[in-house]
Amino acid sequence: MSVEDKTGDRVIVTADARLAIPPRRTRLQSAWRLLKTAPPTAWFGLIVVGLYLLIAILAPLLAPYGEADVVGDQYAPWDSQFLLGTDQLGRDMLSRLIYGARNTISIAVLTTALSFTIGGFLGLTAAVIGGWVDQLLARAVDILMAIPQLIFALVLLLIFGSSIINLILIIAVLDSTRVFRLSRAVSMNVVVQDFVEAARLQGEKLVWITTREVLPNILPPLIAEFGLRFCFVFLTIAALSFLGLAFSRPPPTGARWCARTPP
Amino acid sequence: MSAILKTIGQRLGLGLITLFVVSVIIFAAIAMLPGDYARSKLGQAATPETVAAFEHEIGLDRPPISRYLTWIGGVVTGDFGNSFAGVGGLAGGSTRTVVSLIAPRLRNTLFLAAFAAIVAVPLSLALGLLAALHRNGIFDRVVNVVTLASISVPEFFVAYVLMLFLAVKFQIFPSLADVSPDTPFLERITLCALPAMTLVLVIVAHMMRMTRAAIINLLASPYIETARLKGVSPSRVIVHHALPNAWAPIVTVIAVNLAYLVVGVVVVEVVFVYPGIGQLMIDSVSTRDVPVVQGCALIFGATYIFLNLLADIVAIVTNPRLLHRR
Repeated sequence: MSVEDKTGDRVIVTADARLAIPPRRTRLQSAWRLLKTAPPTAWFGLIVVGLYLLIAILAPLLAPYGEADVVGDQYAPWDSQFLLGTDQLGRDMLSRLIYGARNTISIAVLTTALSFTIGGFLGLTAAVIGGWVDQLLARAVDILMAIPQLIFALVLLLIFGSSIINLILIIAVLDSTRVFRLSRAVSMNVVVQDFVEAARLQGEKLVWITTREVLPNILPPLIAEFGLRFCFVFLTIAALSFLGLAFSRPPPTGARWCARTPP
Repeated sequence: MSAILKTIGQRLGLGLITLFVVSVIIFAAIAMLPGDYARSKLGQAATPETVAAFEHEIGLDRPPISRYLTWIGGVVTGDFGNSFAGVGGLAGGSTRTVVSLIAPRLRNTLFLAAFAAIVAVPLSLALGLLAALHRNGIFDRVVNVVTLASISVPEFFVAYVLMLFLAVKFQIFPSLADVSPDTPFLERITLCALPAMTLVLVIVAHMMRMTRAAIINLLASPYIETARLKGVSPSRVIVHHALPNAWAPIVTVIAVNLAYLVVGVVVVEVVFVYPGIGQLMIDSVSTRDVPVVQGCALIFGATYIFLNLLADIVAIVTNPRLLHRR
């Protein structure tokens, strides 16, 4: 094997020199390199998200008391025993808060994931198939979006009753309309490109075109949107549980706790 | 001009169709109620006759389409039906019409929303203009951070923080907005100050950012450059040269945010125990009073659609490029 060196002369690269070339970076290493160049705001976000995740996962270890244990007097003030005081039944507020974070985060993650599965899939399909399927879905979504989300959620909760599963399904379906719009718009741009045309001519099936040609190209904007939609879902759940309508027998969520303890 | 009228007509038609579909969806609430709704409402001891009588009373024994037609026919003539609470004297009470429940509360809600809008719109325009004028300066950054923070937290949190500081710590405003129909105007304003302030904080951010973005977007165009080279002062460039062309996006955002007031109002009313339509809706959802929920939802939906329609129309009228879209 020979390469040209700086002076232009051909030199023989010996086996020893080739060994000096560092091995290909693993995925983990390149992720770390990327992280090192991330701006401080991104780091701040990562740390906050990481902290929340830790609290949610380690809730039973971090919380000083159980989430439903009555451990002290009603409305005890902040002291060394109860860092954030107690609620109207004498349960430790800090523990309730930690478990509440866990509940709300897990419900919001599930809801957003479901919403992206429904919305992303339908948007992608609408863009790839086109024609009347696309028109039908797009108009249906337009109409669903014409009703204010919170009001719609209230009506649906009235019909189906309040439970965690209903809550997740209702918010996921309502929120998927927004995801549908995005994934359809992004897919539209990809579908008209040459490589998709080539795949069609090659005789690839619909499933192949959607999953292998279009999906990888629309993932980055969808993932960026995931974070944003998660926040909105979180706020919707907070609003509903604040109103006391999200769960028939409320587990602690941050917002519910807020509602029952006026300043 | 006729092209504009035609487009507006089309939009209005679309809005009406949307409203119709929305009414069908809202009506489906009653049609899709679980079969034993009457029984669960009347309790375990109800005889089959009472259940049948109750179902007849609220119309559950008729086919959905005929019920929908009766309902929508009533709605068009201003009759939203009767509240389930105390139907036919079964619960010992007298029947109240949905309209008699909604009307006084709708007035309260509109008052609150108008109050919030009157404060929020000029405020956000002024803040947006100032931020655009001093962009990337300290003022811009501070306003940006504060407004971002205020949209990132839920409405009820903003409401409680305001209540804690302005009503409990410093007793400037009352913490509960319990107005009655004969409250004098000035007292009503004081009572509504905190709820209105909450709503303002929630919607100002979006409008202000949009104003700023629309203006900064224009500042890059050549005609602004010319004005600047002519020696026009920066504030005059923004107010006289950039602002007229930025109206379309700004007005759109204002209309969208007013529509958002409709939703925000539900939570805020509950926090301040304000007797508005949002609170009525929440109460009715928890007591499963279907006709009242339907009425409220329809009013909310119609307002929302109307304001979005308005945003659309304003955007079309002020932008010839949207009119002659291919």
